[in-house]
Amino acid sequence: MIKNVIYLDNNATTRVAPEVVEAMKPFLTDYYGNPSSMHTFGGQVRKLLNQAKEQIADLIGARSIEEIIITANATESNNAAFWGTLESYPEKRHIITTKVEHPSVLNVAQFWERKGYRVSWLGVDSQGRLDIDELRAAITPHTALVSIMYANNETGVVFPIEEIGKIVKAHGVVFHVDGVQAIGKIPINLENSTIDLLSLSGHKLHAPKGVGVLYIRRGTRFQPYMIGGHQEYTRRAGTENVPGIIGLGKACELAKKSIKEETSRVKYLRDKLEQAILMKVPDSRVNGAETERLPNTSSISFEGVEGESILLMLDREGICASSGSACTTGSIEPSHVLRAMGVPYNYVHGTVRLSLSRYTTEEEIDTVIEVLPGIIERLRELSPLWKSKR
Amino acid sequence: MWEYSPKVIEHFMNPRNVGEIEDPDAEAQVGSFVCGDMIKLQLKINDQGIITDAKFKTFGCGAAIASASVLTEMIIGKSVDEVAGISNEDIIRELGGLPEAKIHCSVMGADALRSALEDYYAKQGLQPPPEMDTSPLVCHCFGVTQNKIRNAIFAYHLRTVDEVTTYTKAGGGCGKCKEEIQKIINATLGEQVAEPPELVAVQKRPLTNLQRMKMIEDVIEKEIRPQLQADGGDIKLVDIKDNIVQVEMLGTCRECPVSPVTIKQYVEQKLRELVDNEILVEEVK
Repeated sequence: MIKNVIYLDNNATTRVAPEVVEAMKPFLTDYYGNPSSMHTFGGQVRKLLNQAKEQIADLIGARSIEEIIITANATESNNAAFWGTLESYPEKRHIITTKVEHPSVLNVAQFWERKGYRVSWLGVDSQGRLDIDELRAAITPHTALVSIMYANNETGVVFPIEEIGKIVKAHGVVFHVDGVQAIGKIPINLENSTIDLLSLSGHKLHAPKGVGVLYIRRGTRFQPYMIGGHQEYTRRAGTENVPGIIGLGKACELAKKSIKEETSRVKYLRDKLEQAILMKVPDSRVNGAETERLPNTSSISFEGVEGESILLMLDREGICASSGSACTTGSIEPSHVLRAMGVPYNYVHGTVRLSLSRYTTEEEIDTVIEVLPGIIERLRELSPLWKSKR
Repeated sequence: MWEYSPKVIEHFMNPRNVGEIEDPDAEAQVGSFVCGDMIKLQLKINDQGIITDAKFKTFGCGAAIASASVLTEMIIGKSVDEVAGISNEDIIRELGGLPEAKIHCSVMGADALRSALEDYYAKQGLQPPPEMDTSPLVCHCFGVTQNKIRNAIFAYHLRTVDEVTTYTKAGGGCGKCKEEIQKIINATLGEQVAEPPELVAVQKRPLTNLQRMKMIEDVIEKEIRPQLQADGGDIKLVDIKDNIVQVEMLGTCRECPVSPVTIKQYVEQKLRELVDNEILVEEVK
């Protein structure tokens, strides 16, 4: 196993917190009962499961655990939000979302578009900001659902969700928010929120993979999409992923405590990293720098070099990061988020995303500050674009 | 994750012959920064036509950099005629293989060499050797020629524009050449279909009923089904009564509003072409 890595890809997935592992262990050994069983042995698991749900509800400010529907991951939550809402309002055939959503919303909206729904795709400006007037103009009496992410996974740009929500709710439309990147990183309180549906993912906040949540505000119409038993208040049938839910509960409890740290220490490290890189590397830029962003995310573009080769060189140094573009098929697809922001082509291919967590140390950030500028310089020496520019 | 061979990693980390030649005898630049991939190759060639030096610069992924680096090693010290036939497959072999998704990255190296040699032959007033590909450029973003596309269609049995893009990179940039690629696919597949000698030969003699049924079955199985499956559809032979061939459309074809057109213009056409000119195809549901 590779151990000594500098892990700066926390928007992709996170390390499971040791406390979470400990909390889960008994549920992989002794507490194997089915929470739906009549006997005490199973019934005790139900109680502990509900305690975990309380922890989840507490982090996001849900009023009761009945608003917390456990899913397998945020992709399922996003799919469910669309299905559950659109099936509840079959007469309304219009959806509003943005051009910068995660594929688990983007491709789902495109699926419904192919099914005959009309989809309004909201654009963003050069800083990744939404145009609220565009949203206002897009809502019609036929709009069934507005689905907008809380914070962008690639750039960390945070949308003014409550401002958006006010407009959506003024029209009586269901408001779904993909909160995957925001939950656990910035404070959020659903108690007096305009959000009807919220997706979150366990493995993005130091819980294990395989557990997610769809928050459904009490009173929101929702057609179940997974039919079977009575689990999750018959909104999502299937025997519960008990260890996963216990782990997510613990992770939420920890996240609630660490949010302060996240917004201070992690932000300090992120800002230090960005400032040093911008200073040491000419012709580099931070995407979305002028607007509100998550404290842990940095999307940096370097002119004249290609992202995958940066990642490969970082990888040789044991640094885990990710890039916006994917050279996987015949074409190199630049990130749809950066293209929507109008990041110029000579920068867009040379983008890396560094995403920190509360486990990131200052020493690790200093190593990156030391290593990354040299990598860019080496790759620029190789690049025909760089020379021709000088 | 990257599954690069040790040689790819080695060339990526320590690329050979990076830089520029002050007074090159031949040079070429292919790709563009819009597409995220670009290479510049310069050659020094002596009076005997020997490549005495080669230098490159690459903007691209690890595979693109390693491909260009290994290419310079493959050509230095060789004569232009010797290297004129180098293809991207040769580069891949030299690198100890590339992941399938990265095969197109090696294409650019081969194309840069081809363009540089064309530049050399033109400057010298010489005819390029016959093994060199001088067919027209189809994809200008990645410098992919008509021959290259045709060869890939044959070699890898490609049937869709997307497949061609995966294997050759053609059409992966601005996408303007996709229509042309489709035409090349149609033309190339037409040739392939006309070729099988057993089908052509049998056509000349009157067929027994059994032979005819077998042939219809064969053509549907080997020619028609793969084409429809490439688009997510499928077809099933239900029955044959005299000249009437009954088929059932499956997959996306079942829902497809133009499936009657597919049946008449493609399935029936194909069966008429390869089996019997009198065949009528009927859809059963």
